[in-house]
Amino acid sequence: MLAKIHITLKKDVLDPQGKVVANSLNTLGFETVQDVRQGKYIEVTIDEEDTDIAKQKLNQMCEKLLANLVIEDYSVEIE
Amino acid sequence: MKSKVIVFPGSNCDRDVAVAIRKISGSEPQMVWHKETSLSNSDLIIVPGGFSYGDYLRCGAIASTSPIIYEVVKKANEGVPVIGICNGFQILIETSLLDGALIRNNSLSFICRDVYIKSENQTSIFTKKTNIAKMPIAHNEGNYFASDETLKKIVDNDQVAFKYCNQEGEVTSHSNPNGSLENIAGILNDRKNVLGLMPHPERAAESALGCEDGKYIFESILS
Repeated sequence: MLAKIHITLKKDVLDPQGKVVANSLNTLGFETVQDVRQGKYIEVTIDEEDTDIAKQKLNQMCEKLLANLVIEDYSVEIE
Repeated sequence: MKSKVIVFPGSNCDRDVAVAIRKISGSEPQMVWHKETSLSNSDLIIVPGGFSYGDYLRCGAIASTSPIIYEVVKKANEGVPVIGICNGFQILIETSLLDGALIRNNSLSFICRDVYIKSENQTSIFTKKTNIAKMPIAHNEGNYFASDETLKKIVDNDQVAFKYCNQEGEVTSHSNPNGSLENIAGILNDRKNVLGLMPHPERAAESALGCEDGKYIFESILS
């Protein structure tokens, strides 16, 4: 099965890249853009039949390696 | 003095550190490939700078899962002195031996230049010989971040090893190169036997390199 993982910076962590992108969008005329936060999108193909077990393993993967929980949040979605 | 320098694919300051240790201690450090699993008989372990695993995923994240890291963590917990420099600091942060995180420089630029740092903690084995020191930084992700709670803990527990400052030793926003919280350039663990710092003492450890302020960090451990 395919898992789609989104990793985003926590709200209180400054995202200087996002700020620059937001400024550029404003410059391009998208004046209603108020804020941009950048993150990561990771696809993991996993050979599991039970969705609950897969989800449990994917959460562990995020906690052990894919995300740094000091600065990032993650969400896992399974197709 | 038995020093070990850990080498990952992409480490590029390992030999610089080895040269510094050889000159300062007079003994030959042992280079340890990251796939090895033993660090027995170590008096000092150094996790050097570079771009381990090409900085894939997050700086230091992949290296922190290397086999040797379990041994580094074990030795650190036994009280063996461990220093992580630049990428080595990022790796120690990823292992949770040190608190907080190192995020992208607030300027979004890779910064390579000399900075001044001053020791905040003046009693640890790493910092006791250093007051104000000049040494280079060379990084893209050296912006120290911690939650309010963690920051309070490391400040209250005297775990801030070094802060960026000006030539006079004043900690100012202008002397902060990368946006680090409270100008933090290096931190210690609870027990003060693990140091992580972004500046490169090994690149400023002898007069031929233009500055020898960095050698005091090594001298204080090796003496």
